[in-house]
Amino acid sequence: MRFALDAEQRAFGRVLDRMLSAAGTPAAVRAWARGEHGPGLALWERVAAAGVFQPAAPEAYGGAGLLPVELSVAFVELGRHGVPGPLVETVAALVLLGRLAGAGEAAPAEEWGPRACAGRARLTLAAAGGPYALDADVADAVFVVDGPQGAAGGAGRHTLRLAPGHGPVQPSLDPARRLARPHGDGELLATGPAVRDAAAHAAEWAALATAAQALGVGHALLDRTVAYARRRTQFGAAIGSFQAVKHRLADTLVDLEFARPLLLGAAVALAGDDPGTSAAVAAAKAAACDAAYAAARTALQVHGAIGYTAEYDLSLWIGKARALRSAWGTPRECRAKALGLYDGL
Amino acid sequence: MDLGFTAVERSLRAEARAWLAAHVPPEPLASLETEAGFAQHRAWERTLHEGRWSVVSWPREYGGRGCSLLEWLVFEEEYHAAGAPARVSQNGVHLLAPTLFAHGTDEQRARVLPAMAGGGTVWAQAWSEPEAGSDLASLRSVAVRTEGGWLLSGHKAWSSRAAFADRAFGLFRSHPGADRPHHGLTYAMFPLDADGVTVRPVGRLDGKPAFAELLLDDVFVPDEDIIGEPGRGWRVAMSTAGAERGVTLRSPGRFTAAARRLVTLWRAAGEPLDGALGDRVADAVIRARAYQLHGYAQASRPGPADPAGAESSLTKVFWSELDLALHETALDLLGPRGELADTAGEAPAGGGWADGWTFALAGPVYAGTNEIQRDVIGERLLGLPKGRRG
Repeated sequence: MRFALDAEQRAFGRVLDRMLSAAGTPAAVRAWARGEHGPGLALWERVAAAGVFQPAAPEAYGGAGLLPVELSVAFVELGRHGVPGPLVETVAALVLLGRLAGAGEAAPAEEWGPRACAGRARLTLAAAGGPYALDADVADAVFVVDGPQGAAGGAGRHTLRLAPGHGPVQPSLDPARRLARPHGDGELLATGPAVRDAAAHAAEWAALATAAQALGVGHALLDRTVAYARRRTQFGAAIGSFQAVKHRLADTLVDLEFARPLLLGAAVALAGDDPGTSAAVAAAKAAACDAAYAAARTALQVHGAIGYTAEYDLSLWIGKARALRSAWGTPRECRAKALGLYDGL
Repeated sequence: MDLGFTAVERSLRAEARAWLAAHVPPEPLASLETEAGFAQHRAWERTLHEGRWSVVSWPREYGGRGCSLLEWLVFEEEYHAAGAPARVSQNGVHLLAPTLFAHGTDEQRARVLPAMAGGGTVWAQAWSEPEAGSDLASLRSVAVRTEGGWLLSGHKAWSSRAAFADRAFGLFRSHPGADRPHHGLTYAMFPLDADGVTVRPVGRLDGKPAFAELLLDDVFVPDEDIIGEPGRGWRVAMSTAGAERGVTLRSPGRFTAAARRLVTLWRAAGEPLDGALGDRVADAVIRARAYQLHGYAQASRPGPADPAGAESSLTKVFWSELDLALHETALDLLGPRGELADTAGEAPAGGGWADGWTFALAGPVYAGTNEIQRDVIGERLLGLPKGRRG
């Protein structure tokens, strides 16, 4: 057993962190929230060039092979820097198409895989995650999986379509996340049980990536809040010296530190296609999203009123911490699945 | 990165599982917080030692197996999954032994460790004092130099299992003129039946009598029972204090086993996962898994563990709260039966939830309160400014 990132995986995270730190991400996030996608799309290309989508696709379709650990490392950094766009959804679509290709339906993966991995196409999809597609207005392809709801046995037909368009773009609690309902019909890409299986598998990857993103969001909130608590004085002392403040921040670190092994454990389970994967991913998502949301509450409390303003960058992460909780698996759904954690072990 | 076990680890697991299946008493032992239960648990330590399972992480020369941290985690998973008894020797094995390995002399190790491994000598910790507690720099018990050794006097309090234990170890103020409060302390071992020692049992909140306070009046300790340099006891204690808070004190296997039992209880109740109680069951399971994986991550680190590191404060806060959450959830799930002590006629079979809850209640208090741990996390891991304490 070696349950630790290797040097190359750690370096991957560091390179992304450095690149995004230098990129002035908050300005791109704010523009994205206004519907001005230019700076965000430029960022997208750089992020893709750094290889963040490649761990979600087989080599035959432009990827690096399926590497959930590397994907997790990357998405922690994307969350830490609040990078906007259908990042998780592009991963989910890549995994879905790759899985379908493995089941004999290669045409969609051939068309979209290499372009998406290289950052030349943005993908989004509406599937188990809910009726909305994230950032459909900037996506080059909006995929829709349809089929009988909750039918484990798949009595009805499952279909994968390319939506011909989408309804109005609606704001989210996270201003940088923009939701739309895809239009029905559209080109039929695949049908049958293979679609159901591929969509379920893609949803696991999406939940893993969301958990990683949430962990990064939580760390960003904690880091900024610690810096603020060291600087800001009240009653003649830095507020970070007060136990009431210090202990909330300590608890935030405890929550984040113990969500991390769940995330990496889930990534390892997904890599091995272990029988316990679904529970492991759900546990990681519940823990990481809880930790991130608690971090947001603490960040707001410690910052006080300035943290409640939109002009202060903290707001970029507070909204995201809330939104990620219900994306790709609600807390309740995740907990129900996580009860099976020890069934396969 | 992987979560697979090597052939050596799998073989250790299989060997431990087979041995435990053959040796774990079919009926739970009486509580080790009672005199009769203490004797039963001491006998169990002897049985464990005969199978060479009592101190698996120690070197072979002292009765161990030289197990790595990961192998120890594996053994502990099997130990708790088998429902094996609580360890009456844990103060010695987890707290004194690491100190002796780091700071003791060869003579001390050869004299103290084998008897500890076999349950022949059961150790109590004598660190806390009235009005000191987590603040060891406020200790007032003294060690006064005398011919060939030291004379200990003072008042130690809340010493777990000291009512029935054989010997104790603790810190004493030996150099009263020292420039700072945590200088001038000396780390000493002493017998609990020595002249000048009064052991006064103090009932715990469940009434069980194994807690004790120790009144010391010129208790003679020879030089060979001082660990490290006299006057440097703080440093000796701090270098191994992490062992009292980290993963080796509360093995993940214990929580894993409790989480499995909790899920069984939940499923036996036949309820679908809804409502706050269901969420709490799931959260306890999730956190038990987080702690297990955290242990694997620690074991995967290159180089020796840093038991005194501030990271053990993270671990301590986490496991102490997890322990409470697991047991409180089980008691709530049991409804009216959750009030019953484990010795009650209609207590839930094989649960141990009531004793476990009592044990868990103390977690946020001992080994340095969680408030102290949060200060350490804030100051040493997050870099927040020091605040005033006390």
